[in-house]
Amino acid sequence: MADALVYLYAVTDADAAEPAAPGGVDDAPVRRVVAGALAAVVSSVDAVRFGEEALQRSLEDLQWLERAARAHHEVVAAAAESGPVAPVRLATVYHDDQSVRALLHERAADFRAALDRVRGRVEWGVKAFAAPTADDTADAGAAPGSGDGSARPGTSYLLRRRAERDRAGTRLEAATAAAEALHRELTDLAVANRRYEPQDPRLSGHREPMVLNAAYLVDEVGGDALRELVATRADGPLQLELTGPWAPYSFAALEDS
Amino acid sequence: MTLAADREVALVDLLDRLLAGGVVISGDITISLADVDLVHVSLRALISSVSTLVEP
Repeated sequence: MADALVYLYAVTDADAAEPAAPGGVDDAPVRRVVAGALAAVVSSVDAVRFGEEALQRSLEDLQWLERAARAHHEVVAAAAESGPVAPVRLATVYHDDQSVRALLHERAADFRAALDRVRGRVEWGVKAFAAPTADDTADAGAAPGSGDGSARPGTSYLLRRRAERDRAGTRLEAATAAAEALHRELTDLAVANRRYEPQDPRLSGHREPMVLNAAYLVDEVGGDALRELVATRADGPLQLELTGPWAPYSFAALEDS
Repeated sequence: MTLAADREVALVDLLDRLLAGGVVISGDITISLADVDLVHVSLRALISSVSTLVEP
């Protein structure tokens, strides 16, 4: 296919079943390119839309990015149903099947090591935010001068604001310490861990600052222990969000890359 | 505590993994890392106008 490029989603064992994915990026059918003991999960995509210039532009288009990210994720999730999977970073594109086969041959040992590392394991995400307290909501509704019947309403307002700031600072310190402690406990349960940058409040959907954004690789059976640990911390200084199980996106890096 | 299984995967969690995780191999079509970083910048700029990105 001279007018097509090859979009790469993931690398799996060659003997894994064909992924039952409905359609990949740009609604392209999903297929496999097999070389030796490895298989690449790919789609043929339009050479213009996935050429360097157009792809660069498209990645800046939030709606395109979201569609592509979700399609990529669906394919990776389908591939993960039938065995270990090494997800490839979004927007990795080759000229043809021959280049993909060459990649699988050249990096065969690295891919096999990566697949062995994640075999029988899944990734869980844990995000922690400073927990909002009851006085946050109470104070937010209080107008200047209202409340305690002080003779100097303006002063009392300023004092209250300062106290609020102090409490927020103390709470953030407590939440950060609790998040570090939780991270150490989760790390003990996990085979590997990876921390991401805290998400911006505009993206996280939480007003409270994020104090932990991490991924943990655990044996499939170890997921229960991780979930239980997170559940026992749900009433403390942290508000917690558990995501997963994910395909091992955060742990499939090739050794020498 | 919220379980991901209860709802759609949040785009921002997905992008953490798809743009900063995953196997990094240089394809034939090269998109430089600097350009991928730009995605985050434009995401932040766009967020105010795209209310659907952050789930309710």
